[in-house]
Amino acid sequence: MLRKLPLYICFVFGTFMLAQFFIPHPVSTALYKMVLDWVQIIYALSLLVGAAMLIKHHTLIASKPVAKDRQYSLIVLFGIFIMIITGLFFGRGNKTVFLWIFNNIQAPMQATMFSLLSFFVASAAYRGFRARNAQSVFLLGAAIIVMLGKVPIGDMITPYIPQSADWLLNVPSMAARRGIYIGIALGTIATSLRVILGIERTYLGGK
Amino acid sequence: MKTLILVIIITFLLLPICAFGGVSAIDTPNDDGESITIIWNPDSIPSNNLKLTRVKIERRTSSESGWEEIGVAPFSQRTFIDDAADDGIDYVYRLLFTGENGKALIYRTEAVHSSAQIFNTKRINVLIGIIICIFVLLYYIYRSQKGRQFYVRPIPGLQAVEEAVGRATELGKPVLYSAGRGNMQRVATIASMTVLSSVAEKTAEYNIPLIFPNNDAVVTAVAQEVVYDAYAKTGHPDRYKEDDIFYLTDSQFGYAAAVDGIMLRRKPATNLFMGTFEAESLILAETGNSIGAIQIAGTDSTIQLSFFIVACDYVLIGEEYFAASGYLSQDPMILGSLKGQDMLKVVVGVLILLGALAVTFGFTGFLDIFSIG
Repeated sequence: MLRKLPLYICFVFGTFMLAQFFIPHPVSTALYKMVLDWVQIIYALSLLVGAAMLIKHHTLIASKPVAKDRQYSLIVLFGIFIMIITGLFFGRGNKTVFLWIFNNIQAPMQATMFSLLSFFVASAAYRGFRARNAQSVFLLGAAIIVMLGKVPIGDMITPYIPQSADWLLNVPSMAARRGIYIGIALGTIATSLRVILGIERTYLGGK
Repeated sequence: MKTLILVIIITFLLLPICAFGGVSAIDTPNDDGESITIIWNPDSIPSNNLKLTRVKIERRTSSESGWEEIGVAPFSQRTFIDDAADDGIDYVYRLLFTGENGKALIYRTEAVHSSAQIFNTKRINVLIGIIICIFVLLYYIYRSQKGRQFYVRPIPGLQAVEEAVGRATELGKPVLYSAGRGNMQRVATIASMTVLSSVAEKTAEYNIPLIFPNNDAVVTAVAQEVVYDAYAKTGHPDRYKEDDIFYLTDSQFGYAAAVDGIMLRRKPATNLFMGTFEAESLILAETGNSIGAIQIAGTDSTIQLSFFIVACDYVLIGEEYFAASGYLSQDPMILGSLKGQDMLKVVVGVLILLGALAVTFGFTGFLDIFSIG
């Protein structure tokens, strides 16, 4: 019963979410909104669970004197502790320590990680566009046209370059992408049906 | 106000009144109630060279005597939606068509009331499509249950999972698994849990660590359950380490930074990226590439596919990723649904071909079959 109950719940809610797409009646809309509210509540609770997991995980590592990566766990715990103390006792509005830490430590660190992406794109592009065989040459040629077509110099050389770039993106590239989209959509439908019918139940922790 | 009354009186005297002709009010179809659509057909209204430009819409209930103005619309608009109606109450609408010279024509509608609909008829095509999908999938699942064997073409990315875990065993290094940024509501994350289960069975057999850093607490809890179950299934529940499946952060780049750090410190021999990924995909895959790990990726995020293709050894593209559960588990029911998926792809292909031909030869009505309201 313990194993079957989630399957029944999944079937009922899965079928309802499918049916509500076709039912404009206010009762259906209200139920749909209620389900979405529940999702938000579960999400909010999961944040608490996440924080507890995080503290437990790093406390365990930090408490082992010979742990290899102990210092990182100590920094995480220190960060959590500081943010809780500043947030709870010194406020979270403008000109507070909490916001100062967020704006001057967390935000720049996140921006740094994001900016690393440009270097990773360059290294990945170098590997991807190496002309090793006929297909790679074809890919390299298409990439050169698209890159030139998206910068002013491409248009200055000849207006055919941006036109060709647009054609490459809108015709062959779009056709391939739509093929993938169709596959993903059908895969999603089949997986959803398997979940609703209880055929796919690995997510419950068993087959 | 006096001018308006004067204009109305003059119009009444000078122009023929045509009550109900050319105008109508209906309960707005396919909605959740409290809405009435007023329709007028400019071609059916004898304008007598008035050059009508705008329409003032007034309403009253059957029991009221005074008219209440609810809006003004251009004459060419043809429809006006009164979305402040109360369900079940009969309303009568009066339309005052005004011309450039200020003269007006007055029309009245019959009494009408709004109500909520049970079924959105504009979405019947979607319903038919879903019924066809369900029928085809169930048919092949049924055939599979009856013992019919279905062939699944070899998927290199999934064949390589065994090899990748074997390599990690030889090198004595861990396997790193990431389900990306998707939460448990996403179908891609559910599919990821199936792949995780198969990978966990292998790491349990070979006794190598499986590291699963996560950015969603619910997914972490589910993953812990899935991995423990896989370890128990292979007869090695003692090898399961709950601390290796852990929650990191909700922050996208915080997650990327933490996983990169884990990769650089613990040097996994194999990285598996299965799930929904965003901009962090390349940061993770390139870092994995730099440490020389075998990398296998599968995602429903089409934009990230190109990044994975250049940085990973194997990539599951599109439906290959969703076929992974059937391929790895060899469950006949899941294999049956894969066959159904293939048949649906044929149906979609035929419809695309018919659509291309229809539009080429000018039968654009074919496209209307697929429009959704």
